[in-house]
Amino acid sequence: MSPMFISADKPRPAPEYTAARPAARPNEDPAWVKALVLSAVVGFLVLVLILPLACVFAEALKQGTGPALEAIKDPDAISAIKLTLLVAAITVPFNALFGLCASWAVAKHQFPGKAFLITLIDLPFSVSPVVAGLIYVLVFGAQGWFGPWLIEHGIKIVFALPGIVLATMFVTFPFVARELIPLMQEQGVDEEEAATSMGASGLVTFLRVTAPNIRWGLLYGVLLCNARAMGEFGAVSVVSGHIRGLTDTMPLHVEILYNEYNYVGAFAVAALLCLLAIVTLVLKTALEVGQSVHGRHV
Amino acid sequence: MSVQSVLPAVAGPRRPLLRRRSAIPGFGLTMGLTLTILSLVVLAPLSAVAFKAAGLGWSDFLAAGFSQRALNAYRLSFGAALIAAGVNGVFGLATVWAIVRYRFPGKTLLNALIDLPFALPTAVAGIALATLYSSKGWVGAALAHAGIKVAYTPVGVVIALTFIGLPFVVRTLEPVVRDLAMDVEEAAASLGARRVQILGRVILPALVPAWLTGFALAFARGVGEYGSVIFIAGNMPFKSEIAPLLIVIQLEQFQYREAAAIAVVMLAASFLLLFVINAIQAWARRYS
Repeated sequence: MSPMFISADKPRPAPEYTAARPAARPNEDPAWVKALVLSAVVGFLVLVLILPLACVFAEALKQGTGPALEAIKDPDAISAIKLTLLVAAITVPFNALFGLCASWAVAKHQFPGKAFLITLIDLPFSVSPVVAGLIYVLVFGAQGWFGPWLIEHGIKIVFALPGIVLATMFVTFPFVARELIPLMQEQGVDEEEAATSMGASGLVTFLRVTAPNIRWGLLYGVLLCNARAMGEFGAVSVVSGHIRGLTDTMPLHVEILYNEYNYVGAFAVAALLCLLAIVTLVLKTALEVGQSVHGRHV
Repeated sequence: MSVQSVLPAVAGPRRPLLRRRSAIPGFGLTMGLTLTILSLVVLAPLSAVAFKAAGLGWSDFLAAGFSQRALNAYRLSFGAALIAAGVNGVFGLATVWAIVRYRFPGKTLLNALIDLPFALPTAVAGIALATLYSSKGWVGAALAHAGIKVAYTPVGVVIALTFIGLPFVVRTLEPVVRDLAMDVEEAAASLGARRVQILGRVILPALVPAWLTGFALAFARGVGEYGSVIFIAGNMPFKSEIAPLLIVIQLEQFQYREAAAIAVVMLAASFLLLFVINAIQAWARRYS
């Protein structure tokens, strides 16, 4: 409520939290500044975030729902969806396991070189996805270190599922660890020390004491890791070989359809990935709201 | 990735150099697994790039890593990432300010949308932006009317990198803006400072370290970005070809060493950036 509408003659009750605040609060911006900042922000976000999202659905449904559904039911699309789910089903648990190990070692113990180790865990964030794919081609490709040996034994890594999984593991590597390390450091070691001093084993301490404290943070990391694992494009594109129906993940399938000028098909599969992103954001927001209600930061 | 993933977790009091015996078990097992997985998945494969590029010899490495075409690609990747990080630096700060300080309808929705670039596959963002900003797209058509061409030019690259970098700036700045002590502002005001003076002398200086960190993170991500850019970039050699694309092209022509040489140059740049980001944060910790 703007102060203009406060009648001067009637004494108002003492202002509560939400009551109209006096206009002259020094750290409140004047109305015109608010309007200016808000319209700049909304305009920018519409141009950069909202219109692209809307555009995906508009393009997918340009010829009605029929062709869009047709594109998703296409056997190549189905196999791309299955491959994407499979890659995520392998990568995400692996990443969670690594994140738990790393955060237990880093946050609950003291050792020299800790900061350096954290930097190394973070490293994949600052490596271009294309380089992430390239390194596995250089190691496991036909010209790579283990290439001749792998060919001899009939094992395919690059241009096959293992390569796609490895590249995805690389790009998602820090996700869970970076979520859990600060959280576990903040929580300290008192509860765990108490548990072990009373005779609990390491595993019991972890399951009964630590796990309940970190479950929301873990879920948060897993959620973002999953979104990236399903959506990774650059790294997977380098190692996949783009074999239709075999090594095409959903994002790669989008690219193929788009480059074939099959826009409805490309945007239909893209719309599925958009739904995944929206579900991710809704869950993430729900986690954050739940956390702030419980007074703990994710 | 959240803010925590962006800020270093190197807290905790200094201990003697050697590890103090901890009462908590499992250090050997978890540390062993961590180091093994880290070495196998990240460090060993990364070293392959250096070895491959070293196989070229010095002069061939320079010829492959710093050819005119590669130099143009670096200039586009780094230049566009720099501009996009600057755009995000301005609008990201405004967004954070609005989210933290203002109350308006739809704020939760807007706040959730900021993370869209983290959740949306880059290829989807790429085709959406390319369609939107092409001369037939909703925004592109209007711009084409004004004689501005966006898609398939370097401007398109900047747009894609702006999309990718936004949450890095916002999520780095947000906790700092939230923690800004309101009473300092009030004190400044009660001492007679005008709003603009408070902004310039009290608020902005406190935000500089986080702002720089967010800027650097957005820049680092933009330099290596591939998926969202290739659809909108045009991909003309020497003109609108980004460095990661050049790696892919070399790879498709089975020029593994040349690809590795470009990758080494880009890796060196990202390590340098990582170092700069760590330095900014070390400086920020001393500053606060």
